[in-house]
Amino acid sequence: MKRIGNQTLEILSDCYIVGASSLVGEKEKNGTYKNYFKNSVEDDRMGEKTFEKAERKMLSLINKDAVKNSKLKNSDIDLYLGGDLMNQIVSSNYSAEVLQVPFVGVYSACSTITASLGLAACLIDGGGFDNILCSTISHFSAAERQYRYPLEFGNQRQSYSQWTVTAGGGFVVSNKKSNIKIKKVCFGRVQDFGVIDIANMGAAMAPAACDTLCNFFADTKTKPNDYDFIATGDLGKLGSDILRDLISKRGYVLEQNYIDLGHSIYSFEEESYQGGSGAGCSASVLASYIIEKMKSGVFKKVLVAATGALMSTTSNQQGDSIPCVSHLIELVLE
Amino acid sequence: MSDNIERNEEYLMYVEKQTPKTGWFNSLFHAFLVGGMICCMAQMFGDIIKAYNPTMDILRVGSWSSIIIITITILLTGFGVFDRIAKFGGAGTFIPISGFANSIASCAIEFKNEGLVFGIGAKMFYVAGPVLVNGVAYSIIVGLVYTLIQLF
Repeated sequence: MKRIGNQTLEILSDCYIVGASSLVGEKEKNGTYKNYFKNSVEDDRMGEKTFEKAERKMLSLINKDAVKNSKLKNSDIDLYLGGDLMNQIVSSNYSAEVLQVPFVGVYSACSTITASLGLAACLIDGGGFDNILCSTISHFSAAERQYRYPLEFGNQRQSYSQWTVTAGGGFVVSNKKSNIKIKKVCFGRVQDFGVIDIANMGAAMAPAACDTLCNFFADTKTKPNDYDFIATGDLGKLGSDILRDLISKRGYVLEQNYIDLGHSIYSFEEESYQGGSGAGCSASVLASYIIEKMKSGVFKKVLVAATGALMSTTSNQQGDSIPCVSHLIELVLE
Repeated sequence: MSDNIERNEEYLMYVEKQTPKTGWFNSLFHAFLVGGMICCMAQMFGDIIKAYNPTMDILRVGSWSSIIIITITILLTGFGVFDRIAKFGGAGTFIPISGFANSIASCAIEFKNEGLVFGIGAKMFYVAGPVLVNGVAYSIIVGLVYTLIQLF
């Protein structure tokens, strides 16, 4: 591994995504990426008593599927990296117990997946690991009751709010040759521009995405147009509009090759305000749409910068602003 | 953080400009429509009760129609319909007694899984609690002011 510029790491040894899987809820299945989401659940309770249990069950299914898709066995996995949105990342903790492989929890809110994949790439490059499983999930109903109001409580959402996705994605990163390589990793700096309103996550996270993307472009001396596809995690429509504005002030222009996964995950007809958010948002689209498009050769160089809002319910109730981060990975088709 | 105050203020002003506003006319109209309908229904129940019991005290009639509205709200909350009406009606459903009933019922349903004591018991007034506390506190202040005015 080699450091380029201030923040970017180039992975020099073989480090490939050998298997990926996604699992989404019904609303996501009916969205923009319906042809790419292969697995979906109709019952968001998964036959369990609580939504939290349903989330765990979904995550375990994703892990199982990711390992299966990479044509490996559970015993081949050396490490499991991952997290979710529940307090103390319990969903991941429980699914790690099911897996019975060494586990390190990663919490980076909605950017957990790129943080995990980035770490996995660095660890594999370090030589101590052969296969690392990375996964994350979010569940609308479980997140809603932790962060906001009870589900049946009749209130109006702000027009600028986002909808937490019921979805998750898992990946197996390996040193065995495959066609999708993790080429570069750029861990982001935490940015806090003073946004307090947790309904307005897009506005809070946009500066973090801008910071990471600009630093990456500066480190690698590239421009947005050098990539086939640039995706941010879950800024939503408002957040991605703000990002375009912010980044143009820094001298970069995001054009047709840029898409925000939160903004695009739901179709226009589904009422979802500014779009989707949640840890599973970027993970599920990356594991399905982006990986598939890369495999078919449409995308050759892809940047994924998932964004995470790192507040807690306590910090929010005490009136503190939202610290945000964005971690970026560059995927290359070989 | 502190040395970024100027940058943050500038950014927040920019965000404020970018953020889509909720149409106030639409919100008011929806609230008027739904809130008005709930109140008309309550009045209707009151009138029916009064028609069958002409001797009943007017305050008592009011209590009965409130109880009916509360019961309907709780049932609709349980069936998962009320939040859809509220999404349309906004303050129209929240301000009448239906909002209060819904906030308690929804919390009771939601936190059932955490058990009777720490779930329903502790969290039932999660949304309605602050309303109650403030209601009592302000009514004490109003009561004091009223008493003082009457003294002179």
